[in-house]
Amino acid sequence: MIDLLYSDIDEQLRSSLRSVLAARSPWTEVLARTESDKTYDADLWRAVAVDMGLAGLIVPEDLGGAGASYREAAVVCEELGRAVAPIPFLGSAIVATTALLSAGATDLLPDLASGTRAAVLVVPFATAPGGITPTVAVEGGRLTGTVTTVAEALPADLLLVPTPGGLYAVEAAQALLIPVTSFDMTRQLADITFDGATGTRIGDLAAADVGLRAGAALLASEQLGVAEWCLETTVAYLKTRYQFGRLLGSYQALKHRVADLYVDISQARAVARYAAACAASEDPDLPVAVAVAQAFNPAIAVRASEECMQLHGGIGFTWEYPVHLYMKRAKSAAIAFGSAAAHRTELAKLVNLPASS
Amino acid sequence: MASTSGFCGTGCTKPYLRKTCTRDAIFSVTDAPLNAAAIRARVGEFVAANATLIARGDVDPAAYLGARFDAGLAWVHFPVGCGGLGADRSLQHVVETALAGAGAPPNDPRRNPIGLGMAAPTILRHGTDAQRHQYLRPLWTGEEIWCQLFSEPGAGSDLAGLGARGVRDGDDWVVNGQKVWTSLAHHAHRAILIVRTDPTVPKHVGMTYFVLDMHAPGVEVRPLRQATGEAEFNEIFLTDARIPDTDRLGAVGDGWKVAQTTLMNERVAIGGGVVPREFGEIGVLASIWRDRPALRTPAGQETLMQLWVQGEAARLFGMRLAQQLAAGQPGPEGSASKIIYARLMQQATSFEMDLLGGEALRQDTWDMNRDSLVDFFARSPGHRYLRAKGNSIEGGTSEILRNIIAERILDLPRETRNDVELPWKDLPK
Repeated sequence: MIDLLYSDIDEQLRSSLRSVLAARSPWTEVLARTESDKTYDADLWRAVAVDMGLAGLIVPEDLGGAGASYREAAVVCEELGRAVAPIPFLGSAIVATTALLSAGATDLLPDLASGTRAAVLVVPFATAPGGITPTVAVEGGRLTGTVTTVAEALPADLLLVPTPGGLYAVEAAQALLIPVTSFDMTRQLADITFDGATGTRIGDLAAADVGLRAGAALLASEQLGVAEWCLETTVAYLKTRYQFGRLLGSYQALKHRVADLYVDISQARAVARYAAACAASEDPDLPVAVAVAQAFNPAIAVRASEECMQLHGGIGFTWEYPVHLYMKRAKSAAIAFGSAAAHRTELAKLVNLPASS
Repeated sequence: MASTSGFCGTGCTKPYLRKTCTRDAIFSVTDAPLNAAAIRARVGEFVAANATLIARGDVDPAAYLGARFDAGLAWVHFPVGCGGLGADRSLQHVVETALAGAGAPPNDPRRNPIGLGMAAPTILRHGTDAQRHQYLRPLWTGEEIWCQLFSEPGAGSDLAGLGARGVRDGDDWVVNGQKVWTSLAHHAHRAILIVRTDPTVPKHVGMTYFVLDMHAPGVEVRPLRQATGEAEFNEIFLTDARIPDTDRLGAVGDGWKVAQTTLMNERVAIGGGVVPREFGEIGVLASIWRDRPALRTPAGQETLMQLWVQGEAARLFGMRLAQQLAAGQPGPEGSASKIIYARLMQQATSFEMDLLGGEALRQDTWDMNRDSLVDFFARSPGHRYLRAKGNSIEGGTSEILRNIIAERILDLPRETRNDVELPWKDLPK
């Protein structure tokens, strides 16, 4: 049976990462950064990727990585979700790294594993696994075309670009990156244009798809982290706020709403752990696990953020309170890697529940 | 409940009991702690000595189960002399596996679900030596079926408000009142019962817990017919029924405390466990969808897939919960199980009727069936839809379970209440 629990190592990793995030990336800093020129936090990325060595978590030791698995990486995603941390872990250390591992591009991996460089798979953020449609053409090793709404591209040094001729690696300096004012500024998007950029073919498009599927699997853990923060913050508030001479948390109408969130989040945790475990063991059930994860967890994170805002009342609606950061992250993540509806459609094919003919 | 959700077991493998019985010296564990190898050796001895009984186990279950009890292989975590070996409860599966390997019949808890799941742990924890000797063996073998007399027409979610009265009369108690929603009462030999023995004190401290002989004069069992037409349950009328004081479990006034052991085990028994994908009602929906293309619509597929995903999330949750229990980390999430399954069953059975359309309106029967274990999946969709409505009511309503999650897990303040200090007799009723 697939193990859905956390190990002692998972808990140690969680604890040290949580301390780093609390010290270096409190929500006030995250909020201020969303209105700055550099929306990705390079110092925090260095601390997490290089000092903690997490950029190479899933990379084998002989390629300079930690030789851990997606199970541990999923714990990192939970914590980064809890902190809405503006660093490219999912994009570089999971999606791009997985694509490079799948393509066997071993020469490019040591720099990623060490955290010296970051990479990104250049596809629109809403692309579902199996849904890559190249919009960049190759001719004589030169790439031309535009890809819009790419997440975690702005801090990347290396671009992995799907083309009809396969997956190409391009130095970021060769492309034009235009930042997009994004719904979720803790994970800012960019439009990327190639105008005869020099690229190297590193593998088939299938490698990009493997990366995308791993990203969708681990996004479920980030969504879990977002939802947990929202529940804990709401419960804490209900225990301190008095109205009509009573603590808000003593009203059954409110208690039942947070109890329902607790129930849903308990399921979301099992779903996220299953997806991460299937990715880690290359289980044949991975496509089903990912489709279930991205059909179930996004709505839980979104609703947790919505309940968090509503149950805080007026203060929850202000810019100076962090709920909106989590709401934007949750809603943005629900559209990322394919909508829940798209994953349900995919799932129907996988488990033989066909549409009407 | 077992028949409807399929997710129940009686709590035999659940960690609800203390490993050893410390109250009475005669049951103290004499051997060093047993490991799996020692348990296997005991099973080997048992199998060698009882080959005939094991072979005849299916035709004469009581004799076989009795021998198992006497060998301490009924529930290994119970003390020696009580059907156990004082071993760690995690070793029970060693016994079941070894016995199954020897061709013994399975240990099916459905032979006496209330007895095995709720009465036995309560008797072990709160009973006297004499009570354990008298009750546990026939309870285990299924020779004496048990039922539970807790809920009343006026005391459901607020069980501690119950009003059935017990009055001391010499060596006996004389009991009057009405109990309701009693499974198996029409088959039962004994019942666990709570009654109010002192109405002049606050409600939680005025109750006493008894074992009732269901065949005693003054105990009347009537079927309680449900919205489904059948009568899985009963209502019980107690009219001057006499209970000897020796059948009291725990001290006078401690009924609520004793009942906590029983109720804790009921919650563990409902929900949780490892099931295959597309188990239960989701499997019913999936089969209909695959077998009958004419019923497929785009809107139907959207609902079907939403339910399928919820079913899978519920399944993975149950799997994780079982892993937590097996790893000795019984997380608080158990309280969520029943809410999850009740909601899923209700939505899925409702969709089954919608999917089938007009034919779902053809009900198999409204006859007052008295089976206590209804084959949920052999009945018509209308039955499933109605029976699932009970899932969010029986064994603790979903509303009470949400209170429990909010107050005991999320640590939110308790609801303001006015029934804690007042004597029971002065409470508004």
